Amino acid sequence: MTDEMPLLSVTGAGHRYGERYGCRDVSFDLWPGEVLAVVGESGSGKSTLLGMLAQRLALDEGRIRYRTGRQNGGAGHDAAEELLDLSTLSEREVRQLWRTDWGFVHQNAADGLRMHVSAGGNVGEPLMANGWRNFGQIRAEAEEWLRRVEIPTDRMDDAPTLFSGGMRQRVQVARNLVFGPRLVFMDEPTSGLDVSVQARLLDLIRSLVSELGLAVVIVTHDLAVARLISHRTLVMKDGRVIESGLTDRVLDDPQAAYTQLLVSSILQG
Amino acid sequence: MYVAVKGGEKAIANAHALLAKRGRGSADAPRIDYPQIRDQLGVLVSRVMAEGSLYDPELAAKALLQAQGDVLEAVTLLRSYRTTLPRFGITVAVDTVGLPSERRVSATFKDIPGGQQLGATFDYTHRLLAENLETPDVATPNVPVNEPMPRVTDLLGADALIERDRPDEGWTDPDPGDLTREPTVFPMSRAERLQALSRGDEGFLLSLGYSTQRGFGNNHPFAGEVRVGEVEVEFYAPEIGHAVPIGRIELTECQMVNQFVGSADQAPQFTRGYGLVFGRAERKAMSMSLVDRTLRHEEFGERIVSPAQDEEFVIAHSDNVEAAGFVEHLKLPHYVDFQAELGLIRSLRREFQARHGAGASASANINSDTRTDTGTKTGTEENA
Amino acid sequence: MSAPRIVYNEGYLDEQTKRVVRRALLKGVAIPGFQVPFASREVPMPRGWGTGGVQVTASVIGPDDTLKVIDQGADDTTNAVSIRAFFEKVAGAASTTRTDQATIIQTRHRIPETPLTDDQILVYQVPIPEPLRFLEPRETETRRLHALEEYGLMYVKLYEDIARYGHINKTYDYPVLVNNRYVMAPSPIPSFDNPKMHQSPALQLFGAGREKRIYAIPPYTDVASLGFEDFPFEPQRFEQPCEICESTEVYLDEVLIDDQGGVMFVCSDTDYCERTLLARELDQSPTDHITEVNA
Repeated sequence: MTDEMPLLSVTGAGHRYGERYGCRDVSFDLWPGEVLAVVGESGSGKSTLLGMLAQRLALDEGRIRYRTGRQNGGAGHDAAEELLDLSTLSEREVRQLWRTDWGFVHQNAADGLRMHVSAGGNVGEPLMANGWRNFGQIRAEAEEWLRRVEIPTDRMDDAPTLFSGGMRQRVQVARNLVFGPRLVFMDEPTSGLDVSVQARLLDLIRSLVSELGLAVVIVTHDLAVARLISHRTLVMKDGRVIESGLTDRVLDDPQAAYTQLLVSSILQG
Repeated sequence: MYVAVKGGEKAIANAHALLAKRGRGSADAPRIDYPQIRDQLGVLVSRVMAEGSLYDPELAAKALLQAQGDVLEAVTLLRSYRTTLPRFGITVAVDTVGLPSERRVSATFKDIPGGQQLGATFDYTHRLLAENLETPDVATPNVPVNEPMPRVTDLLGADALIERDRPDEGWTDPDPGDLTREPTVFPMSRAERLQALSRGDEGFLLSLGYSTQRGFGNNHPFAGEVRVGEVEVEFYAPEIGHAVPIGRIELTECQMVNQFVGSADQAPQFTRGYGLVFGRAERKAMSMSLVDRTLRHEEFGERIVSPAQDEEFVIAHSDNVEAAGFVEHLKLPHYVDFQAELGLIRSLRREFQARHGAGASASANINSDTRTDTGTKTGTEENA
Repeated sequence: MSAPRIVYNEGYLDEQTKRVVRRALLKGVAIPGFQVPFASREVPMPRGWGTGGVQVTASVIGPDDTLKVIDQGADDTTNAVSIRAFFEKVAGAASTTRTDQATIIQTRHRIPETPLTDDQILVYQVPIPEPLRFLEPRETETRRLHALEEYGLMYVKLYEDIARYGHINKTYDYPVLVNNRYVMAPSPIPSFDNPKMHQSPALQLFGAGREKRIYAIPPYTDVASLGFEDFPFEPQRFEQPCEICESTEVYLDEVLIDDQGGVMFVCSDTDYCERTLLARELDQSPTDHITEVNA
């Protein structure tokens, strides 16, 4: 068993925009079932960090390693695993990881869904991409996942253009969980939604994450979101991590001056 | 008894004859001869040469006559002919600065070395439809042969105010791919894009260029220089050991000066758009230069906001021979596929009526036994 | 300047161009169903009117060949007539309307009803070679999807059709999986004809002139029309026979015969229809029939 190995190991990661660093010198380990919140205001570098982790931005410095046994020809997640440096993977291998291991929930549902394909089709697509060829089974599985994110069955043939913002996000969540990933990236998944809708969505995410033992990296500017669903928190400012630790500790007993400022701003709000 | 219609060959032959008759028009009027078209419809001839990718004013004129004035038909004729020509090689790169231009203007400076030569242009004519055309007696323009006409963009480049027209020193000029000899694969190099634009449909490029001026993309262009004139074309013959001139062609060239770009590492510089077309073709050369610059957005890290910046969209739809062929092919028989669609739509309508006529409950389970084969029936209405 | 005299090479294209096309064809045959880019030349008919098919035929035809050209299954439709006339002018090969006597058959939108043999070549005219084109307009992306064998998007479309209509909505140009690897667009033949491509003894070549792509299915290759296990591909069926030759299990044209909605159904494959009818009248099997049946 490989419990000593983290699922994701980041060392000194940095990304440059021209001469300026979007983020720099970020290091952390992420363990299975762990939810890590990355908080900061706009311009803090948190989105850049997420982009690098998700292989959308180039890693200009440092290393990102992911635990997988896939390259050893192993089926499933139980094959002999090692921490693989992601920069060594081919495009095909990275795309395969996105189909089997990783999910990404976008801030804007339109970026993460096919807006003119039905909800069922959206949730079924990862299955079809993974070789499922039985319509009845695909539909049943999609229906089940939509049920789990509280989308009624009689809406599963509607396209997301007909859904509210909260519903679209829930379809996105279902689409990203249907194929059983181990790690899900989330980019401000609740911003732009009404407060009550946000709360409901976060509750849903929290229970699914714990039920499925998922590891999550969630970027948010909202400390309350971090408080609600994450185990650990990284606080970023000007591209660097200025504080990290257990969420409760960071929010209840902030050490860095900036963190104290952030935390105290909420209490006044 | 139904007998399938025959006689396609005869019908086609008759159609050809009728077309020729229409093309001749009234027998009372003299037939136009192609030298008249070549000389008196010069702008049109230029367009056919540019889009046909073949510099031969006489052939272009003949094509226009054969096509009864249909520009795209004429272009198609020229392209087909071009396919049959053997290819000897590639000329030496043409130098547009050497020969004095009959027409050369710049919007960026009031006056420039070599002067602003208006030449033969429509620009300042009053667009009043005239009863008769007059040919005034005008001496051929007095182009000062000895006075050089340096490129405005070279002048700007002296202080490095504008990006160089080639990469750093020591860059060897690689042979560009040839769009007419190699398959189109995206993404393209700038050289290949320029080839496609030079032979692209003038109307399409004009509209795209226009769109960039109206906020669909933002170029801030200035016409650095528009030149029209004849240049010598040279061919390097290995047997002789040096380049030999093989003739002169008329070209229109446009250099657009566009918004400057800079970064932390690099001082701001004006950027370029380039247009080069056969014959008298200012509108086309200018449009081409606008679209060229817009398509270079990746080099300058510009945001993509408009169709004019989409290389695949622009290049794939700029060839009017392809566009005309595909649009007009819709006139060809498609009845076999239409038959297939008829079959399907009839069967879907039967199912729809069965569901609603029988008062079936609105169930999400559409994939129950409502599938029927798509066979069609003659005569009487069928029931599901 | 006097008018240049043009001498046409056998088959119109110059030998160098034929070589370019043949190289593309060989690549296509080596990788069944893969779209090979080729430097498509202009030929004397407009793009969209069969220039790809013409270039393929021109590159493989020789004086010993016999050429048949059909459009919508018929030899006598205008574009088939025009293309056949072109090759009669520029190639030394004989031409025929009989499928069983042709060595090369250039076709638009149909596969002949008469089964093909292993010394025949079928050349298809293709408008849009990319089966994913209407799902993903970018060439750069579709190329990647094919290379990575990522065809999920195609199945999403099929899923949507079934969810919405109860069946797959595509009745022509129905996508197929070739040799278990590449998804291919068979050209706008009705899906009725798809099964004929599977394990055909003939060599099947596909030319898309305007889009500049060539692909191929070598003889005896697996060609499977896409579908789901529980919603497999189903070709169209016609319930009635041809009203002229009484053949069943053939693709029929619906012909309007009056302005009161009167219709009749006749064979789309005119050669097949004529020979079958003649054979019936002479009490023979259509394939034994010897008399030439030309317009």
